[in-house]
Amino acid sequence: MINKEEVQHIAVLARLGLNEKEINKMEKELSSILDYMEMLKKVDAKDSATSNYSDLIENTMREDQVKKTANRDKLVAAFPAEKKGFIKVKTVIEV
Amino acid sequence: MKLSQLNINQLHQGLVKKEFSSREITKEFLKQIEKKNKEIFAYLSVHKESALAQAKKVDALIAEKKEIPLLAGIPAAIKDIIMIEGEKCTAASKILADYTASFSATVIKKLEDQGAVILGKTNMDEFAMGSSTENSAFGVTRNPCDPERVPGGSSGGSAAAVASDMCAYALGSDTGGSIRLPASFCGTVGLKPTYGKVSRYGLMAYASSLDQIGPLTKTVADAKIVYDAIKGKDPLDSTSVEVKDKEEKMDIKGLKIGVPKEYFVKGMDPEVEKVIRETIKKYEKGGAIIEEISLAGTTYALPVYYIIATSEASSNLARYDGIKYGFSKMKDSQNLLDVYLQSREQGMGEEVRRRIMLGTYALSAGYYDAYYIKAQKLRNIIKQDFAQAFAKVDVILAPVSPTVAFKIGDKTADPMSMYLADIYTISVNLAGLPAMSLPCGEAHDLPVGLQIIGPEFAENKIFSVGQMLEDLKK
Repeated sequence: MINKEEVQHIAVLARLGLNEKEINKMEKELSSILDYMEMLKKVDAKDSATSNYSDLIENTMREDQVKKTANRDKLVAAFPAEKKGFIKVKTVIEV
Repeated sequence: MKLSQLNINQLHQGLVKKEFSSREITKEFLKQIEKKNKEIFAYLSVHKESALAQAKKVDALIAEKKEIPLLAGIPAAIKDIIMIEGEKCTAASKILADYTASFSATVIKKLEDQGAVILGKTNMDEFAMGSSTENSAFGVTRNPCDPERVPGGSSGGSAAAVASDMCAYALGSDTGGSIRLPASFCGTVGLKPTYGKVSRYGLMAYASSLDQIGPLTKTVADAKIVYDAIKGKDPLDSTSVEVKDKEEKMDIKGLKIGVPKEYFVKGMDPEVEKVIRETIKKYEKGGAIIEEISLAGTTYALPVYYIIATSEASSNLARYDGIKYGFSKMKDSQNLLDVYLQSREQGMGEEVRRRIMLGTYALSAGYYDAYYIKAQKLRNIIKQDFAQAFAKVDVILAPVSPTVAFKIGDKTADPMSMYLADIYTISVNLAGLPAMSLPCGEAHDLPVGLQIIGPEFAENKIFSVGQMLEDLKK
């Protein structure tokens, strides 16, 4: 149902590192789950609309106002790497 | 009777009449935790100091003869996926092992406004993904009824804490049965409210269109007290809605009960089926009218659920990336992609990674229509199934699970067999309906839960029908 190459491709899309052993395990387990999901293909959804949140919710609007965040320091304190109150990340663009 | 065995109403009355103080109650629960938590492992963290400080505040109010709310001074346990400002919140994941919440969930603020005492945070399946609490990164919670068995999941710690008198009540969250299944396995009451009825602000998201916070309690009356305290529209959760609850006191005479035939099928433990059938008979003897109904969508509810839930999870859990908070491999990584890959490889457990993979697959190019769109269409059909049923009946009675609590380790090797434990609970989340699990008997000397499903926003109807069973048992 799903092969090794696909598992590797999906893992990169999902930003999940997988080692060789896990790739094999994931291939087996996902295949068995996807086999089970196959039953959906046999069910006729007719012309049903797609469904999501409660019928009572349409568009929830609010004023676009600037507000001060009371807990900024706590958010900054949680950053794994930080410089002058900003999140620090690895180089994104190499020149 | 020990203080820790009393229900919320009894505790409240005792406080008001000054038969005991909130500090005495709190100390009694802390004593129970000290005695039992080592074996049961319901709690991941215990907030002893802040709990006693809060109890003292409530005692002072009582001494001043001030009127106190129902939950004031009464000790609660909170699933460790609901945030309390300044306290650790781990979601039972290694990636958040050292994370401290920077704000409180709306439900916590509502409880704090009443003066509730919060004893600590309870164990769960990592990010609420699981049916047994075996997926916690910090250890397995044991079922107080039989320590060799699982408490159910994912709110297993909350259910075990209530069942073993380590708290008066607890909050859990339910995405596909995560409140009802552990309530059933541990012999407590557990309510999953209507989608939108309780704010999800401050609940770490697993599958946003399905997640809902609810109470785990000792009695139906307690479930109503906690539900009334936490419900309501919240400007911080745009999917929450304001709907006034109707009184809806039901009479057992003439009560129309639907029993879905698809919920009694091969694979169900015959002993469990017997208990459920006998319970339904009790209602019938009391004067209720039993009608067999059909919820045809039940047969494909499980794959629909796992596609929608994992798709939403793959997006929701993208935030745990080693950049913004939590466990990070920033220092040992060569480039940005490596930070993501390695932080998530080492920080997330097996089941979480499996579900992220499944969701990413379902949403990926070429598969989106066949899986995700198809599942959303079928979700709508499942919803209509229920709407048609509720045109004929007041409530639906069904089992919570096909079995009683299973042995620790029994289902961990085969993910599919674990997913099947949720077969009777997931449809309710897909349809956004309220449902409650309440103890109705025993099979193999273990608790069996009856599931009462109601129409949207009919929580009071469910409480009323649940109360009937508690009254019949007396």
